[in-house]
Amino acid sequence: MEFDIVSLSRFQFAMTALYHFLFVPLTLGLSVILAIMETVYVMTGRRIWRQMTKFWGTLFGINFAIGVATGLVMEFQFGMNWSYYSHYVGDIFGAPLAIEGLMAFFLEATFVGLFFFGWDRMSKVGHLTATWAVAFGSNFSALWILIANGWMQNPVGAAFNPQTMRMEVTDFYAVLFNPVAQAKFVHTVSAGYTVASVFVLGVSAWYLLKGRHVELAKRSMTVAASFGLAASLSVVVLGDESGYLTTEHQKMKLAAMEATWRTEPAPAPFTVVGFPDQKARETHYAVEIPWVGGLIDTRSLTTPVEGIEQLVERAKVNIKLGVTAFDALQKIRAAGSGAVAPDVKQAFEDNGNLLGYALLLKRYVDDPRKATPEQVSQAAWDTVPQVAPLFWTFRVMVGLGFYFILLMVTFFVLSARRMLDRYPLLLRLAVISIPLPWIAAESGWFVAEFGRQPWIIEGILPTASAVSSLGAATVLLTIVGFALLYSVLFVIEMALMLRAVRKGPSPDDAPDAVLIPATVVPAE
Amino acid sequence: MILHELIDYQVLRLIWWLLLGVLLVGFAVTDGFDLGVGALLPFVARTDLERRVAINSIGPVWEGNQVWLILGGGAIFAAWPPLYAVSFSGFYLAMFAILAALIVRPVGFKYRSKRDSAAWRRGWDCALFLGGFVPALIFGVAVGNTLQGVPFRFDEDLRIFYEGSFFGLLNPFALLCGLLSVAMVVMHGATWLVLKTEGPVAARARSYGSLAALATVALFALGGVALFLFVGGYKITGVINPLGPSNPLMKSVETARAAWFANYAAYPWLLAVPGLGFLGAAGAGLALRARLEVGALLLSGLSIAGIIATVGVSMFPFILPSSLDPRASLTVWDASSSHLTLFIMLVCTVIFMPIILAYTTWVYRVLWGKVDAKSIADGQGHAY
Repeated sequence: MEFDIVSLSRFQFAMTALYHFLFVPLTLGLSVILAIMETVYVMTGRRIWRQMTKFWGTLFGINFAIGVATGLVMEFQFGMNWSYYSHYVGDIFGAPLAIEGLMAFFLEATFVGLFFFGWDRMSKVGHLTATWAVAFGSNFSALWILIANGWMQNPVGAAFNPQTMRMEVTDFYAVLFNPVAQAKFVHTVSAGYTVASVFVLGVSAWYLLKGRHVELAKRSMTVAASFGLAASLSVVVLGDESGYLTTEHQKMKLAAMEATWRTEPAPAPFTVVGFPDQKARETHYAVEIPWVGGLIDTRSLTTPVEGIEQLVERAKVNIKLGVTAFDALQKIRAAGSGAVAPDVKQAFEDNGNLLGYALLLKRYVDDPRKATPEQVSQAAWDTVPQVAPLFWTFRVMVGLGFYFILLMVTFFVLSARRMLDRYPLLLRLAVISIPLPWIAAESGWFVAEFGRQPWIIEGILPTASAVSSLGAATVLLTIVGFALLYSVLFVIEMALMLRAVRKGPSPDDAPDAVLIPATVVPAE
Repeated sequence: MILHELIDYQVLRLIWWLLLGVLLVGFAVTDGFDLGVGALLPFVARTDLERRVAINSIGPVWEGNQVWLILGGGAIFAAWPPLYAVSFSGFYLAMFAILAALIVRPVGFKYRSKRDSAAWRRGWDCALFLGGFVPALIFGVAVGNTLQGVPFRFDEDLRIFYEGSFFGLLNPFALLCGLLSVAMVVMHGATWLVLKTEGPVAARARSYGSLAALATVALFALGGVALFLFVGGYKITGVINPLGPSNPLMKSVETARAAWFANYAAYPWLLAVPGLGFLGAAGAGLALRARLEVGALLLSGLSIAGIIATVGVSMFPFILPSSLDPRASLTVWDASSSHLTLFIMLVCTVIFMPIILAYTTWVYRVLWGKVDAKSIADGQGHAY
């Protein structure tokens, strides 16, 4: 990868986003688990559930702090590194981010203080309300972010305004109830629940292996296994829905994920594994299951799954139509406030939605109208993302998804039969499974974002056109800065997490604790 | 959808200009005392216990307060996309410095007291000081540059080009504004500490607070004089259509001497705005001496509101002038979102802002009272 401003900006965004998403899913899921545990405490009055809430709450707090701080970086980066993007779609994309702040983030961040500091200041129900407010806040937050991201995948309800040279919202309900956004929201939130469930399950399993905090660990595992079973089932089912919508709205992404080089007659086979070769446009050593691909992608036995070569041909047509729209736009702008010829107006109305395809040519020629047929063909082939990384990360994500279902079913059964501490091997499996849901979640984002390339907004704005006019050295400097800062934080975060886990729940909170006034431990 | 045409585009733009001010003031008044406590930490609190008391005075609330900044960023993105695009990419390295400071800050709060080592805690104290001081300084420097105009231009596709350097931002007038910003944040943080703590921390905060209040008055006055003598300002020549499309290249602008004082000449009653800045700070200083704890915090908040509003009122209708190509300057009338987006965002704000204010007030009431060694001990490991 060369050191140009586009690659550097993409690298920084990917790096900071993937890092941010190490913390977000645990916040999403653990906040709900905390609320569930505290609800049990309030309903039964049994103090062990209070101890559990406070213990997992400590781990939640360590994780939450970095999640918030790295989230701020994400919000600022659109303007910092992607200023043309911000200008071009801020009218639509900015609104969900602002509403997130208004509706979700204030709720989450205001009540998280009460969660930690309010235990002795309010009634049981009052504190429970604060905990649920945190859980709702973080989940609403995900809703609005995914409405924003869903719009980047499927940009509905907006149109280009030649006077302001940007996309403007025409139908806010379409943006809000964008099917892609809704599918992504439920898929992502259940992924977060799965992450938190595996985390709670794994840490508790470690306690059982060590024979420590047995009562707390068993109860926590029961919560994690039941919640996690529901979550891991929905993450796969809802992920399938998300994939199905990709068939409808992002055919190229789907073709790349499945390494479908040429349109397959219905019903298409599903390639389980293989080695996609972008140059030869072949998948070597492919292991295929007949019919399954067509069933998953189109939910029918008669609809063919479109292949990369055919989609490139369609992109060529779109580019040519996009150039007519570009031409019309230049004439409209040249006319200023004067009259525009009706045929020009018509040309823009007909093909204005394909304007982005003309911008794909900007890589090769300043004026897309002067592009040669070879350049059009090159630009059309640019719409194909890198197949092999998508093919593999997608399979990693799906494979892990099915593994989590198995894991959760196993522990759900063990918990129901009160045999949680019977099989040390299974407990060990739960411990080493802790990092896996993170790998699945990060793979999922990779597929979603990398698979959208070369577009930053599918079919509307190429990523290469969206960057700020910054010097490469400047961006390189902040990449190094973020990398250093984030690495140090990661080490500290892991150390504190491990410390808190090793230390276990506070004995002051134990169900049988004699309450004596605590004293402050001074520094050495 | 015709509903949004119930409110004129022009009126919506004016409302969103006011809301931009409300958000900035909201951030400066709430998170301002958090930043101020950070900046004051090494000075008002000497022993470890004193430092924990100071940190825990903002422990439960800083997270909610910081959302004003997050909301501000989102709202600028949604309501003023060109402003968001130009300022965040133009002030690139300054933004990075703010982010770095704001990343270190929450981590410092959470992690400082998790280990008993004195070196560990001293390290985080230093981080917390920077996390308060640096953002306060940079926000002020950014405002100082905004008043002077920022070197950006648009090409015909409205792509932004910024032709300044990071060190160009650090000019004398901007640094003066940066100092003013630090002074007012320190004043505000001190009034908070006086309200929330007792004993030596409160006593030291009282004297630093009075000093900062005095500095705020002096620097604000000095800033006004420097603005008049050295900065000048911008004015729109010819007509601008307040209902026109958000394209900043459709007007003409020139620089003019004392242009930032024109609004006060036209409407002398606007002088009440800077007046609030002066009287609030002076009043906060006096209230600290008179031991009116709540009064000092409120007056200091009013002073901050007055000072920020002064910037907005002086520049109106400009939001971000361009020194490179004055006609590219962003104004209230040509740098907003579309009519529909402004309307939708206003509806959301009208629904959610009262709810936010209600539960924030409730949380502050629950947490009312002084923070001392005992309350930290009762925090049982949840305290910072």
